[in-house]
Amino acid sequence: MEKPKKINIAITLWTLTSKEIRRFMRIWIQTLVPPAVTMSLYFVIFGSLIGPRIGSMDGFDYVQFMIPGLIMMSVITNSYANVVSSFYGVKFQKSIEELLISPMPNWTILLGFILGGVCRGVMVGIIVFGVSLFFYPDFNIVNLPLTILVLFLTAILFALMGFINAIFADSFDDISVIPTFVLTPLIYLGGVFYSINILPEIWRSVSLANPMLYVVNTFREGMLGISDVSISFSLSMIGLFIFLLTAASLYLLNKGIGIRE
Amino acid sequence: MSYALEINNLKKVYSGGTEALKGISLKVNEGDFYALLGPNGAGKSSTIGIIGTLVTKTAGNVKIFGIDIDEDVAIAKSMLGVVSQEINFSQFEKVIDIVTTQAGFYGIKKSLAKPKVENMLKRLSLWDKRNDQARTLSGGYKRRLMIAKALIHEPKLLILDEPTAGVDIELRREMWTFLKEINTNGTTIILTTHYLEEAEQLCRNIGIIDQGQIVIDTSMRDLLSKLDVQGFVLDLEEPLDKAPAIDNYSLRLDDPLTLVTAINKDSSINKLFDELNKLNIKVKSMRNESNRLEELFIEMIKK
Repeated sequence: MEKPKKINIAITLWTLTSKEIRRFMRIWIQTLVPPAVTMSLYFVIFGSLIGPRIGSMDGFDYVQFMIPGLIMMSVITNSYANVVSSFYGVKFQKSIEELLISPMPNWTILLGFILGGVCRGVMVGIIVFGVSLFFYPDFNIVNLPLTILVLFLTAILFALMGFINAIFADSFDDISVIPTFVLTPLIYLGGVFYSINILPEIWRSVSLANPMLYVVNTFREGMLGISDVSISFSLSMIGLFIFLLTAASLYLLNKGIGIRE
Repeated sequence: MSYALEINNLKKVYSGGTEALKGISLKVNEGDFYALLGPNGAGKSSTIGIIGTLVTKTAGNVKIFGIDIDEDVAIAKSMLGVVSQEINFSQFEKVIDIVTTQAGFYGIKKSLAKPKVENMLKRLSLWDKRNDQARTLSGGYKRRLMIAKALIHEPKLLILDEPTAGVDIELRREMWTFLKEINTNGTTIILTTHYLEEAEQLCRNIGIIDQGQIVIDTSMRDLLSKLDVQGFVLDLEEPLDKAPAIDNYSLRLDDPLTLVTAINKDSSINKLFDELNKLNIKVKSMRNESNRLEELFIEMIKK
C-alpha cells in the first residue's frame, strides 16, 4: 500500500484560524460593534461629562488617563469571550468532532482558537482606540513597541483563560460565570478608571494582588508613560502565566478532559 | 493479508464504571464492506469513537492499515473518515464552507480542495444547496453533508455509524448505490445500522456485538446459511375463521385474509401448499414475513 503523506500542519492551522476569524466577522454586530458603542458611552459619561470635574489623574486629563484602561478592558473581555464562546459552541454542537477526528495535532487546535481570540481582541482594541480619538484627538502613544507587545500578550493570556473555561464548561451558564463574577470585578478594580495612588494604603496593597492591575498599568506605560507597578515584573508575570496556561491547556487537550469521553 | 482495521483486546470502562467494551478483537480486510451490528448500548458507538479518537480507550490497541493509533495517530487518522451518528457540523455555516474547511483540517490546500468539494457536492446532490446554511437543510441532506465531509480527504477506510437513520427509502437507496460505488473503487467501509436489510444488501462480512463483546464475526453468506426457520406471509383469497392445523407446520392467522407460517429449512413449502389445497384454502400471493437477517440477529442476541 502507498505510504500516506505527512499532513501539512500550516494549512490545518490556517484553516482553523481563518474559520475562527470568519465566525466573529460573520456576527460583527454582536462582536465588533458593541465594544465601540459601550466605550463611546464610557468616554461620553466619564470622559466628557464627569471627567472635567474629576480633574487630572497622575498628571493627565481624566479621559486621556482612561483610554489605555478602556482599551485593555475591551481586549481582555473580547479575547476571552471569543474563545470561550467559540470553543464551547463547537463542543455544544459536536462540531469539535470534526477537529478531533482529523489528523490535526492538539497544539494546532489550541493555537487556532487562541489566534482567533487574539485577532478579535486586537481588532476590538484598535476600534476602541479609534473611538477614543474622537474624544481625545491629540492622543500620542509614548512607546509603540511596548504598547503593541502588551496588546498582543494580553489578548493571548485571556484567550488562553477563555479556552480553559470552555474546556470545563458543561452549560452556557458555565461560560458566563467567570466573566461576570471574576473577570469584570477584577478589571473594574484593576486601575482602569483610577490610579491606585489615590487609594488608602491598605486598599493599595490589596490592589497589588489583582493581576489586571499589572496588565492595565503596563499598557498605560506603553501609551502614556506612567505606571503604578514595575514594568519588567509585570511583563515577566504575563509571560509566566501565558506559559503556564499554555501548558495546562495542552495537558487538558492531550488528556481529552471535557472533550473526549 | 493487509487489514484496513485491526482491533485487539479493546476495552472501555467509562468514568461511571460502565464497562462498554470487554476486550473485543476484530479484523476487517482491505476493500471489505463490513457490517457491525448490535442492539442499542452494545458497544458499537464506543468502538467507533475509539477508532476515531473521540473516546479514550481503557486498554487494547487499534491499527488502521497497520498503523497503531497510539504510535502515529496523525497518519492513522488521515486514512480514516467517520460519519457519526449525530449531526456534528456547525449549523450556521454554508454547506460549501463546511466541506472546504474539513478538507483544510486534513491539510488540503484551498486551491486543491475547491474542485474536490465541487465534485463531492455534485455526487451527493448537494451542489444546488452549497450556499445554504446547514441548519436550513432537511434531515436527508444533512446526512449527505455528513458523508461529503467524511469523504472529502478520500479516506481509505470509511466508518458510517447509522448513516441512514431517519432517511426516507428513496434517499436510503441512493446512498446504498453511492456507498457500493465507493467500495467498488477501493474504499473499505464499516457500517453500523439498525436497518438489517441494509446490512444484508450491502455488506460481505458481518460482526455482531452484544454487551461489549463480539458474538459473531463471519461472512454474511455463512451467517444467513445458519438460518433454520424462515417466515412467510400468505395472502388468502377467502377469509378464514381460524388458522388451520397442519402437522409439522406452525400457522397463525393475523387477520381473516392473512396466514403466517414459519418453515424449517428442511421442510418443503410445496407440501404446505398441498395441505392447504386439501383444506380448500386458496393462496393469492406470498412474501417473506420479515428480513432474514433480522430473525437471525434477534436469535443471536437472545443467546
